[in-house]
Amino acid sequence: MSHSEHHTERNTLAGSVEKSVEVQAHKCYQCGKCTAGCPVADEMDLPPSMVMRLLQTEEPANDERILRSHAIWLCVTCEMCLSRCPMEIDIPSMMDYLRQRARKEKKVNKKAKNIIAFHKSFLNSIRFTGRLYELGLILDYKRQSLNMTQDISLAPKMISRGKLHLFPTMIKGTAHIARIFKKTRT
Amino acid sequence: MARIGVFVCHCGENISATVDCGKVAETIGNLKHVAYSTEYKYMCSDPGQTLIKDAIKEHNLTGVVVSACSPRMHEPTFRKACAEGGLNPFLCEMANLREHCSWVHEKNELTTEKAIDIVRTQVEKVKLNSALQPIKVPVTKTAMVIGGGIAGIQSALDIANTGHKVIMIERSPSIGGHMSQLSETFPTLDCSQCILTPRMVEVAQHPNITLYTYAEVESVEGFIGNFKVKVRKKAKSLDEKACTGCGLCTTKCPQKKIPNEFEQGMGMRPAIYVPFPQAVPNRPVIDRENCTYYIKGKCKICEIVCPTKAIRFDQPDEILELEIGAIVVATGFDIKHADFFPEYGHGRYKDIIDGLQFERLASASGPTAGVIKRPSDGEIPKNIVFIACAGSRDPAKGIAYCSKICCMYTAKHAMLYKHKVHEGKAHVFYMDIRSGGKNYDEFVRRAIEEDHVNYIRGRVSTVFERDGKLIVKGVDTLLGAQQVEIVADMVVLATAGVASSGAEDLAQKLHVSYDSHKFFAEAHPKLKPVETNTAGIFLAGACQNPKDIPDAVSQASGAAVKVAALFSQSELTREPLVAIVNRTSPPTYSTCVGCFMCQSVCPYQAIEREEFKARDGKVVKTVAKINEGLCQGCGTCVALCRSKSIDLLGYSNTQVYAEVVALLNEY
Amino acid sequence: MKFGIYPGCSLTGSARDYNESVFAIAEAFGLEFTQIPDWNCCGATAAHNLNKELSLALPARILALAEKNGLEEIIVPCAACYSRLVVTQHELKKDPELKNRICEVIEMDYRGTSVILNVIEWIDKYIIPKLEEKIVKPFNHKVACYYGCLLVRPDKILNYDRAEDPQTLDIVMSKIGAAPVDYPFKTECCGAGLSISRTDIVSKLSGKIIEDAEHRGAEAIIVACPMCHSNLDMRRPDINKYWKAKYKIPVIFVTQAIGLAIGLPAEKVGLKRHFVEVKIS
Ligand SMILES: Cc1cc2nc3c(=O)[nH]c(=O)nc-3n(C[C@H](O)[C@H](O)[C@H](O)COP(=O)(O)OP(=O)(O)OC[C@H]3O[C@@H](n4cnc5c(N)ncnc54)[C@H](O)[C@@H]3O)c2cc1C
Ligand code: SF4
Ligand code: SF4
Ligand code: SF4
Ligand code: SF4
Ligand code: SF4
Ligand code: SF4
Repeated sequence: MSHSEHHTERNTLAGSVEKSVEVQAHKCYQCGKCTAGCPVADEMDLPPSMVMRLLQTEEPANDERILRSHAIWLCVTCEMCLSRCPMEIDIPSMMDYLRQRARKEKKVNKKAKNIIAFHKSFLNSIRFTGRLYELGLILDYKRQSLNMTQDISLAPKMISRGKLHLFPTMIKGTAHIARIFKKTRT
Repeated sequence: MARIGVFVCHCGENISATVDCGKVAETIGNLKHVAYSTEYKYMCSDPGQTLIKDAIKEHNLTGVVVSACSPRMHEPTFRKACAEGGLNPFLCEMANLREHCSWVHEKNELTTEKAIDIVRTQVEKVKLNSALQPIKVPVTKTAMVIGGGIAGIQSALDIANTGHKVIMIERSPSIGGHMSQLSETFPTLDCSQCILTPRMVEVAQHPNITLYTYAEVESVEGFIGNFKVKVRKKAKSLDEKACTGCGLCTTKCPQKKIPNEFEQGMGMRPAIYVPFPQAVPNRPVIDRENCTYYIKGKCKICEIVCPTKAIRFDQPDEILELEIGAIVVATGFDIKHADFFPEYGHGRYKDIIDGLQFERLASASGPTAGVIKRPSDGEIPKNIVFIACAGSRDPAKGIAYCSKICCMYTAKHAMLYKHKVHEGKAHVFYMDIRSGGKNYDEFVRRAIEEDHVNYIRGRVSTVFERDGKLIVKGVDTLLGAQQVEIVADMVVLATAGVASSGAEDLAQKLHVSYDSHKFFAEAHPKLKPVETNTAGIFLAGACQNPKDIPDAVSQASGAAVKVAALFSQSELTREPLVAIVNRTSPPTYSTCVGCFMCQSVCPYQAIEREEFKARDGKVVKTVAKINEGLCQGCGTCVALCRSKSIDLLGYSNTQVYAEVVALLNEY
Repeated sequence: MKFGIYPGCSLTGSARDYNESVFAIAEAFGLEFTQIPDWNCCGATAAHNLNKELSLALPARILALAEKNGLEEIIVPCAACYSRLVVTQHELKKDPELKNRICEVIEMDYRGTSVILNVIEWIDKYIIPKLEEKIVKPFNHKVACYYGCLLVRPDKILNYDRAEDPQTLDIVMSKIGAAPVDYPFKTECCGAGLSISRTDIVSKLSGKIIEDAEHRGAEAIIVACPMCHSNLDMRRPDINKYWKAKYKIPVIFVTQAIGLAIGLPAEKVGLKRHFVEVKIS
């Protein structure tokens, strides 16, 4: 029996991260290399190495801080941290998990509103047509984010360059796509 | 008829807590051929041993089974006791009731049953034991030290000073190792060359030391006290006796653009060269791979200018065959270089250097005469960054261990820099500061407090070049993981210490173990740190793991004492647990059919051929014969022999069958 | 020879220029594609941010369609789609249970046998061997080759070019006469999917990438990803505003550069659709 098998299942965020994305928080030795190379670390309330440290404490209050952080939504999955981490810790997969967990527990940081609105609009757009309908995405995003003036000048320029379709393309298998969305509970 | 005595030990409570020792002694006492059976609290104690000795005499015992702990622990103790009681020591066996039974089971009847079974096997075995005599082998009192770094030098001098002969084999043209490249040494900042050179000269002049440089071990055969070593002396392409070391050839050689290994590639050397001014021996060698004559067939300028006509272009390599009693391996270490770090530019930025290169820049005898100048343009760096743990403690790069020396030398480097460039700024990115050692932490504190070296806790993600500067992107984890960007003129990587090239190859030649990183393995991590698992071969210095000079030197002296202790005996005794090929009367001579399969599998080359001749001198049969001096009793040949002609003394096939049968039978 | 192609959504919309150049050079080299019939969106960043299963199911459907239609080799010009497809293939191979679950979701068989090529691999394999003879106007310019994140990372899964200072794009560019500059921002992130929701961050990150390329004297940034292109090109006004700068360096798809080198007109490879005017040719 290996040592780790002695541990009882941990009812902490670190425990569930380990279980769902095989990231072992205690492997992190806080060298900070992930943060050093993260393109958005200076925008984050919790840079990636801090997220790792908070996870390690296995304190409910710290788990809460992570799930409520803005940082997990700012991570752009550039994979830089994983590519350079000496301990090969898969932070990007962990971030994916944390985001989904934060949404599930309704702990999404307020500042992440627009980011989520965008992701939702994006998925909405493909849910019904099967492919991304960029104009639809922009309009839906504006509706969700109430960000009416942003990028107002972009659309006409795109249209004039033939880069924005005015109507969506529907694939044949739209019903199929809808079922996929339903089965994955999106 | 066999008369066996059985002695059941309680081992305090280690055995008796779960095994009913009384019952074991009583049950065994009822077995056939058991003449005496008893129990005692501590068999290994003086009274316990006396019990055995007395019983041997009193009951006229022909064999003894001590049922106690592991034979690894106390077999020598009890065999000695038996010998003192007048019984051949090889008629004593141990039944391991502690590790194999009491420690691993609960207290209950089955446990006691198992204990009884274990003792029964040994009773059956010991009945078949025969009296054996220890093997005596002579000791060749010449030591070989492989590697002439500070560890090898220390070991050689210590052994030579006990009056024994030492042969030192160094593969480069000079001894000195890495220490000869260092500028000043922590924690005292004394000049490395100044303290090393006298030792190097002492080696060269010591009447008991024979030094072969530019030489490597070809093969090793034999065993403790009796190694046969072949050494290849690579051709230096000159007559060392005729050469006076005037150096004319090296200044006249037209081939001058060869990266200088001693300067870590930061300078050039000619094809005929002495690696550094204080080299021992101070005689050049021709680097044939780069010499114009060997490449193009023309030049020979060195031969023309040499006043003593010492150059020998056609000199062949020489193979020396040496008789050696003990070997000290002191082949040191290497370090990783900047090209090991993709994220720091794959080694293509000239001003990202490694620690040894920094040592050369800081050395008065180095390529910049001790002025810290950066390689790209010779400017004095105003802002310098040191990166600790570069490659070490980095499982993603395949090196999980701490290289141990780099925290200290990084502090030293930063300090040396500040002493030389007063207005400069020195930054150190580190993860932990590992400075355990006498006056070590004080040294690091001095760098921080007195020389104001800026220590930043965090790793560096990347370094790249822009406008001739190096942009270092790191992090300060003590400021809540804040990114730090430093525009530096030079970056020094404290790269991981790794096994010296060729270490694996040498370990295989020596039949000694090495770890997954190709460092030589000690026999026991705590209690046998200088021994290897091959008797007569010892370790000194950084060939075992990266270590600093004081550690290397201490270990080297330790190895020397082990050698001296070995050489204090005129002959060695070995356990006679060796294989034998049976002998029968003529005309068969042996059931061995002479297939010699065993010869090819024996890992110790212990199997020889024996010829039987008729009266007319004609060879009538050739069979295998085992050299008991070489055989290590591994048993490989026994398992392999198709005609079942080989047996292992002390562990014969019949003895092992008897043990198994005992377990199968009721009693 | 026919390959499957997965254009992905951007190539039919905001990256039409890229699409045109891919098809134009394919045609010039006598290569034909079959679009994966009825392909869907790969789900991009949004899917894996919000729903892991969906982020695997969408690409799995694409790959299953390719298998069903006998397309063994598929080229994926969009680096983001390429990454999603390769990662999906990897995850499903690693975990058979997950694979079964995803098959159930997409109601299709999936074996994971497709060979997925990114655009540079495709160029390497099918264009480079015949390139030299076709070059009429060597692309004699200093260029900064920008790979972005998704072509090279996660390197253990993609197993394509080296993750630090990759070379494949530089090599392709030198083959058409360009002189790639030493460019440490090659694999720095441009801000990726935050383009609309956090334009400020994208402007900041993309600005650094552009500034360094200009600073090193590059005349163009060469890309192989529509997302990078739109951040560096379409977002240029935002970038210049954020940095109070006037960066003018054009951003050109590798396929466009090849097109120019073999003598195709600028319109044909979509160069007229860029936001930042492309003056070099
Ligand atoms: C940058 C740097 C700075 C350092 N600074 C300090 C310091 O300030 N203070 C300090 O205490 N320590 C310092 N050290 C550590 C010091 O260098 C080592 O402790 C020391 O060199 C170890 O000596 P060694 O004899 O074991 O190995 P080495 O010095 O490596 O010598 C090994 C010798 O064996 C030879 N050899 C190798 N293989 C073979 C072979 N197969 N056959 C024959 N010969 C062979 C080599 O040519 C070499 O001559 C520093 C190390 C580095 C890298
Ligand atoms: S790089 Fe890896 S080990 Fe270092 S702090 Fe980040 S996650 Fe931890
Ligand atoms: S994957 Fe996320 S956390 Fe990691 S470096 Fe990129 S943005 Fe930062
Ligand atoms: S023969 Fe070789 S070593 Fe001698 S001078 Fe010429 S190049 Fe130098
Ligand atoms: S010139 Fe001759 S004597 Fe002088 S160092 Fe060279 S080989 Fe030796
Ligand atoms: S000695 Fe210090 S610098 Fe070297 S590996 Fe160990 S912790 Fe890192
Ligand atoms: S027992 Fe082992 S060492 Fe001895 S002769 Fe047989 S194979 Fe060789």
